[in-house]
Amino acid sequence: MTLIASRRMMIAGAAAASAGLFAPAIFRPARAQGLAPTPTMRGGANNYRPGAPIVDRIGSGGFRMTGTVRRAGDGAPIEGARIQIWAHTTEGYESDPESHGATLTDATGAFLMDMPQIVPTFGQPHGHLAYDAEFAGGGFKTVFLRPVMSSARDTRLEAHFVLAEA
Amino acid sequence: MTLSRTILAWGALALFVAVPVLVAALSPLHAYRPPSYVAASLAGVLALGVLLIQPLLKTRPPGVAPARLRRWHRRTGFVLVVLVAVHVGGLLIASPPDAIDALLLRSPTPFSVWGVTSMWAVVLSAVLVALRRKMRLRPATWAAIHNVLALVVVLGTVIHAVQIEGTMGTVSKWALCLAALAAAIAAVARARFPGISRRGT
Repeated sequence: MTLIASRRMMIAGAAAASAGLFAPAIFRPARAQGLAPTPTMRGGANNYRPGAPIVDRIGSGGFRMTGTVRRAGDGAPIEGARIQIWAHTTEGYESDPESHGATLTDATGAFLMDMPQIVPTFGQPHGHLAYDAEFAGGGFKTVFLRPVMSSARDTRLEAHFVLAEA
Repeated sequence: MTLSRTILAWGALALFVAVPVLVAALSPLHAYRPPSYVAASLAGVLALGVLLIQPLLKTRPPGVAPARLRRWHRRTGFVLVVLVAVHVGGLLIASPPDAIDALLLRSPTPFSVWGVTSMWAVVLSAVLVALRRKMRLRPATWAAIHNVLALVVVLGTVIHAVQIEGTMGTVSKWALCLAALAAAIAAVARARFPGISRRGT
């Protein structure tokens, strides 16, 4: 009997916990032109190098990182946003300065960076991207992304920023 | 148990452990990694191999006297603790922010939580062994705690390992993981229900 009671308690507890987890998503008020800002991803800022220089490409290339930067709310493209990109590649570790490089978005808010092939590290083939308010001219809040490749053999990866005004 | 069956049994065990270790050791990924990361990675693979051997030492395998098996079970446990220390220590040196995120359970990778769970279960097992006399638990209680921790170690490590995209080959990794799980369950089942005896003995 106690076993059954405790099992019921557990099921009730689990239900309550999951309701608590999902409630915010369900009851979040719908915004008028609601393009929500991209949240910083867990571990996104690891091995970041503040102020890494703007480069034509990182290392000898072969792998392409692309993406867009837009404004939260109306989704307008942001031109001239400074995006730093870094990863563990065939040419260097994440923490090496030469594995880092920054680029600016064009008038359509798009950016691209050629870099060496990303190799899996810490169990996942992934890249890092940063929009750092301190080095990007301001106006928007800092965001760090850590996209994961669907396969380690991929030779391209995309990441998109929607920035909240500071 | 004839000599040939003994050789066959230990030969199969050696294959289950040696093939994944060799595949991992020959991985092209090592070329792009610092020595600390390579050491950490191989220590992890070896530790997974130890997790297959360790429970089997408690299932009365053929050809070895029980007293020797007990000694080896203790030594192998010590080796496991050292391998876990090298695994975690090497990752801490290779990329401190990633390793610290994992240890603090805020890593983006879901398998880290399982690895850390296993690590703490290994630590608790080591404490349980070291304080065995001092704690004065009833042998059955001590064994029950030890076995629960052992199951957490193996299950946690297996989930940790299969989710990682790393140096191990998919087939040999799964084979070793499933074998380790089966061995752990068999060893604990035998400890719980001593009536289960091997065929032909």
